[in-house]
Amino acid sequence: MATGKVIYSFDDVFSQIQDGATLIVGGFGLCGIPEKAILALREKGVKDLTIVSNNCGVDDWGLGLLLANHQIKKMISSYVGENKIFEKQFLSGELEVELVPQGTLAERIRAGGAGIPGFYTATGVGTPIAEGKEHKDFDGKTFILEKGIVGDLAFIKGWKADPHGNIIYRNTARNFNPLAAMAGKVTIAEVEEMVGVGELDPNHIHTPGIYVQHVFEGTAYEKRIERRTVATV
Amino acid sequence: MDVRLKIIKRAVLEIEDGMNVNLGIGMPTLVANEIPSEYNVMLQSENGLLGIGPYPIDDEVDADLINAGKETVTAVSGASYFDSAESFAMIRGGHIDLAILGGMEVAENGDLANWMIPGKMVKGMGGAMDLVNGAKRVVVVMEHVNKHGESKVKKYCTLPLTGQRVVHRLITELAVFDFTNDGMQLIELQDGVTIKEVQEKTEASFIVSPQLLSNQN
Repeated sequence: MATGKVIYSFDDVFSQIQDGATLIVGGFGLCGIPEKAILALREKGVKDLTIVSNNCGVDDWGLGLLLANHQIKKMISSYVGENKIFEKQFLSGELEVELVPQGTLAERIRAGGAGIPGFYTATGVGTPIAEGKEHKDFDGKTFILEKGIVGDLAFIKGWKADPHGNIIYRNTARNFNPLAAMAGKVTIAEVEEMVGVGELDPNHIHTPGIYVQHVFEGTAYEKRIERRTVATV
Repeated sequence: MDVRLKIIKRAVLEIEDGMNVNLGIGMPTLVANEIPSEYNVMLQSENGLLGIGPYPIDDEVDADLINAGKETVTAVSGASYFDSAESFAMIRGGHIDLAILGGMEVAENGDLANWMIPGKMVKGMGGAMDLVNGAKRVVVVMEHVNKHGESKVKKYCTLPLTGQRVVHRLITELAVFDFTNDGMQLIELQDGVTIKEVQEKTEASFIVSPQLLSNQN
């Protein structure tokens, strides 16, 4: 039953998270991150997590909170430069990092969610990223094999949802969220506004509810800005 | 003129009316300010926006609307939003006409290094490796020498590569080079610069385009 997807607390579903789990987390920088779920994960205290996310937040917000709490064992990301705790844990060997080109990361998550185990791309050929990967030529050009990613769970942030888990995102807060939704064995969405079934125009839905197992309506989103840049008049 | 401004003013000439363009973080982002206002150019941001507008005024600032450098921006009329896989389908699929990117080193065969320095904290490549392999045309903008006066235009890159033989054109404060099947070619000099000065400050070997040679005489 569709309305069974609506949860009122992350505690209702967190029994499904074990230490050592792989979590795919939506967001780009601090934009479109599942901020309520991250706070709840910190409370729950699960450890040794592998987190697949484009970035790792900042020291005091987003995934940086889980780093500070020593809950992350490994990050799979394309850019992690905004975070001093990250640097400290990486250099001490506490934190393992797999750097993946951003487009390859997006496609690996999309592929994982679409049942595609791997794909070939030119991205990374001739660079340290290609080391140890299968190379194959197509029409005289060299490509490398990259594998799809599937997560035990995915955490995503939307703008509006209905109780079926249909989701609409807002502006560039969409980013990795629709892909993460596809690639979680269990996907937990949080949104700023829950509307009734039928209130979202089916033409405008970005993530169909089939990908979403649980949906939570958050309140008082902080939506922090990493680099507030304004026009100089 | 400031070195960076000189590079930016030359780089903007690469942009043609009607193009879809991706500008890298840092100096390339500043090229946007110089695009002629009558041009219909769509700037792509790899976090999911085609049609980047100017920075917002104070009360327009929107946490849900940022560029790939994580700066708050606006969207132009006619812009579109999409997810990250779609964004890189545009890039990987050859739909971006031009990418203008910064560089740490460029080699005479068109190799580019711009993402990591061994021994320093590695922050990641972001979308740079995808862009250099996917965009129809890749133009690198960088200062010709480093702060120790050493050439950044090399015989071979010493830093780990971002992409192999991916640069089509290099623009510095001294000169403009193209990377062709015949090797690296000097095609333009910035104002007041001589071929001799470029040769002295360039580690890479290059040929001088016949047209530039004839203009010099």
